[in-house]
Amino acid sequence: MAAKTLTIDGKQISAEEGATVLQAATEAGIVIPTLCHLEGVYDVGACRLCIVEVTGTPKLLPACTTKVAEGMEIKTDSERLRKYRRMILELLFAERNHVCAVCVSNGHCELQTLAYSQGLDHVRYEYTFPKWKVDTTHNLFGMDHNRCVLCSRCVRVCWHIEGAGTKNVSGRGGKSQIITDLNQPWGEAESCTSCGKCVQSCPTGALFHKGSTVGEMERDRGKLEFIVTAREKKQWIATD
Amino acid sequence: MIATMTQKKPSRLKAVLEHASGDKRFKILEVHMKKNQFRQDALIEVLHKAQELFGYLEDDLLLFVSYKLKLPPSRVYGVATFYHFFNLKPQGEHTCVICLGTACYVKGADKIMAAMQEKLKIKSGETTPDGKVSLLTARCIGACGIAPAITYDGHVAPKQTPEMALEKIKSWT
Amino acid sequence: MQLDDLNAIAEKHRSSRKKIIVRTCMSAGCMSSQADVIKKNLEAEAKAQGLDADVEVRRVGCMGFCGQGPLVGVDENGQHGLWEFVKPEDAPAIIAALKGGECKVQRGDPKHPFFAKQMHIVRANGGIIDPERIEDYIAIGGYKALHHSLTELQPAQVVEEITKSGLRGRGGAGFPTGLKWGTVAKSPGAKKYIVCNGDEGDPGAFMDRSVLESDPHLVLEGMAIAAYAVGADQGYLYVRAEYPLAISRLQIAIKQAKQLGLLGAGVFETPFNFNVDIRIGAGAFVCGEETALMASVEGKRGTPRPRPPFPAASGLWGCPTLINNVETFANISAIINRGGAWYAGIGTEKSKGTKVFALTGKIKNNGLIEVPMGIPLRQIVMEMGGGAPDGRQVKSVQTGGPSGGCIPADYLDTPVDYESLTKLGSIMGSGGMVVMDDSTNMVEIAKFYMEFCMEESCGKCIPCRAGTVQMFNLLEKITQRKATARDLAKLEELCDMVKNTSLCGLGQTAPNPVVSTLKFFRKEYEELLQPDPFGPHSNGAAKPQAK
Repeated sequence: MAAKTLTIDGKQISAEEGATVLQAATEAGIVIPTLCHLEGVYDVGACRLCIVEVTGTPKLLPACTTKVAEGMEIKTDSERLRKYRRMILELLFAERNHVCAVCVSNGHCELQTLAYSQGLDHVRYEYTFPKWKVDTTHNLFGMDHNRCVLCSRCVRVCWHIEGAGTKNVSGRGGKSQIITDLNQPWGEAESCTSCGKCVQSCPTGALFHKGSTVGEMERDRGKLEFIVTAREKKQWIATD
Repeated sequence: MIATMTQKKPSRLKAVLEHASGDKRFKILEVHMKKNQFRQDALIEVLHKAQELFGYLEDDLLLFVSYKLKLPPSRVYGVATFYHFFNLKPQGEHTCVICLGTACYVKGADKIMAAMQEKLKIKSGETTPDGKVSLLTARCIGACGIAPAITYDGHVAPKQTPEMALEKIKSWT
Repeated sequence: MQLDDLNAIAEKHRSSRKKIIVRTCMSAGCMSSQADVIKKNLEAEAKAQGLDADVEVRRVGCMGFCGQGPLVGVDENGQHGLWEFVKPEDAPAIIAALKGGECKVQRGDPKHPFFAKQMHIVRANGGIIDPERIEDYIAIGGYKALHHSLTELQPAQVVEEITKSGLRGRGGAGFPTGLKWGTVAKSPGAKKYIVCNGDEGDPGAFMDRSVLESDPHLVLEGMAIAAYAVGADQGYLYVRAEYPLAISRLQIAIKQAKQLGLLGAGVFETPFNFNVDIRIGAGAFVCGEETALMASVEGKRGTPRPRPPFPAASGLWGCPTLINNVETFANISAIINRGGAWYAGIGTEKSKGTKVFALTGKIKNNGLIEVPMGIPLRQIVMEMGGGAPDGRQVKSVQTGGPSGGCIPADYLDTPVDYESLTKLGSIMGSGGMVVMDDSTNMVEIAKFYMEFCMEESCGKCIPCRAGTVQMFNLLEKITQRKATARDLAKLEELCDMVKNTSLCGLGQTAPNPVVSTLKFFRKEYEELLQPDPFGPHSNGAAKPQAK
């Protein structure tokens, strides 16, 4: 494949044609904050945290779905981008009930890490304190909707890696919610294979292994990538 | 743990299919799906038809559709809840849809809404406890030239006032 | 079907026409006031008064003057009459008036500025032909443009003609139509699609409904010409479920066109095939956004996806797809018939042709108008619309719906074209024009639109999903007189962020009504503010700091 040369944050780099800006930056050691992005599944450009400035384009573009082009000049960090990213995170914290002190993912949470890295020390928007349920009907896993950021990573792994289609988003806008089957308790969802991939994918403490307590929920993202790579590149799957 | 995981639960789908075989409306719905070659992209069309036949989309009906179109139930539920037009709960005997488009709004549709909510003691989107009237809103029915407009049981009425709307409700209850 | 057959149908239909034609508007507006009964009564009455040999009572589409409906028009010897506010019991008098009898029904004036200042291209047949009879459409020259394109023009020549016309997308953004067609035509792919966007979601807009109800074949013909130009063989017409009459008339029109071989396999006995299917929306404003609309056509949740790739390269099921609005397609046959140069002669330098507007709100003459681009807003609002009723003053004109803005009365001399409206912080939009009088509270209007966007947000991206909620809460706080200058600053900051970071057009334009009312009516906001207990730290970000 042809290589494209581009500049990210003043650094000249080359990337394969068809690669995304996020891939090119990551390869060059430049960190762009992400939330809905997950290695192994396709990108949806929904969280808007990875937005970057591209010279000559009036709009801010998400790095995860924007493909590299020859001569592109990209800025991944500026006062404006930092401000927008901080505001997006503030909106998330105000949207549902994120209480780190009692969360299973405390210390291993992507939302928490992002907030630290973006220098977020307080939220200026009014908390909406919605009342969301906790579903613990499944034998092995639980889902606390209060901690959900609607990144749809669990939905994507359920459909595209496991192929079960158990999870989906229902409703719309602020009333959107992650559901299992016909919005029934997870334990009654007949299509669920209990594979646990969704739990591995969750960036916050919304999906957890039953029995984990505060700060105990660590995830192994490598597993998901491993499965996908194995399947796509047929690395160790016999083909004859 | 393994023992509880493999425990057999009664299949909901089986019960739904048994129930459907005795109901003519499911047959009509299936004919409609067949007309669309059971194409998965016809899901919204099929849901329109299902709502027309049954009045609203209950879980068993959604499960039936998902089975026939070979779609995961979550996909059917996700679509049914995305669009305003689909009701997942039964509607009242009569429906009163107040258009809250801009033209209707600046001409006082909000006042009609307030009067109706007070009279029926329900909020927009709800049905009276006796199941008589459902009070709904529309985003714009495109009848702006005759604003404010209200759709009573599917019929559009032009240039409405709170008094006219209350009078109409009176004839229903 | 060949040209001779088409001409024969037209001729046969023209020669059987009766002397007097009584046109009854049977569009959704007039239908709500028993237009169907009026038509039945007129027919019965013509018979009873012995006039049925000379009088044809015809069902027609929208005549435009919806606020004065139900409307009945009369054509006799090239003279046109109009009756307004007709009731079913008026039928005997109206028929008697044809013989010179007295009639107390209110007479409309076809020379009124509301009509006189209009210029009809898209609405040329609206209110004249019977939308449920293809013969009526053929009799006024329908499907000739399609025949001409198929038999005498190369696809590239069709694209060239559209490019020459300067036509821009009528859905709101104003993208050059010829350029879009050319891109789809050049996109590699054996399978291509045409999509007609009839998901007219802007509240206060009903142009597309009216066109679909009054002249469905005009849109079908435009789609077919587009399909030929870009090399597509399948089309989808996406119509809102809120428009049942438009849907049923389209179904009839598609069936009739197929029967005559004007749609389907081998159109006009050429190798060109084109099928059209209707897709019914289900109540989601966001589906007017093209990528969301495509998801909906595919039977999915109508959530948008990032562009690029644009539909022209990768649309429905990954195939190159041409998406245009109803009104855009309705312009096509006139451009082919009369030439791109003719069309380019109408309007302004950058905005060509005509535009249909739905003139509603606090205005004397409500209805649908088609005017040349560049006409000053004042002529539309004051002369055609007659200004605000009840002795009130026009305060502002809202264009572009929830994505647009409010233009204050001081700017009424602005010409109506894409660039001028954008410069004022509003947009052309799909053509809704809601007039507000001096009793209107602009903060309430901004809140109304924000609530709309909040409820219509699909929930996929965070700025739109959570940002609209916070902006609505702040507006609510302001209208309840509980907000401070700091809250207003927070609101402005959110407007900027949501506009610049949202995924699709809905979020990117959701702040527009707030931004434009703040620009022109800031005082109304400030009057509602309370003193800040923390002092003048009004930039929102700053916390009061103790020394």
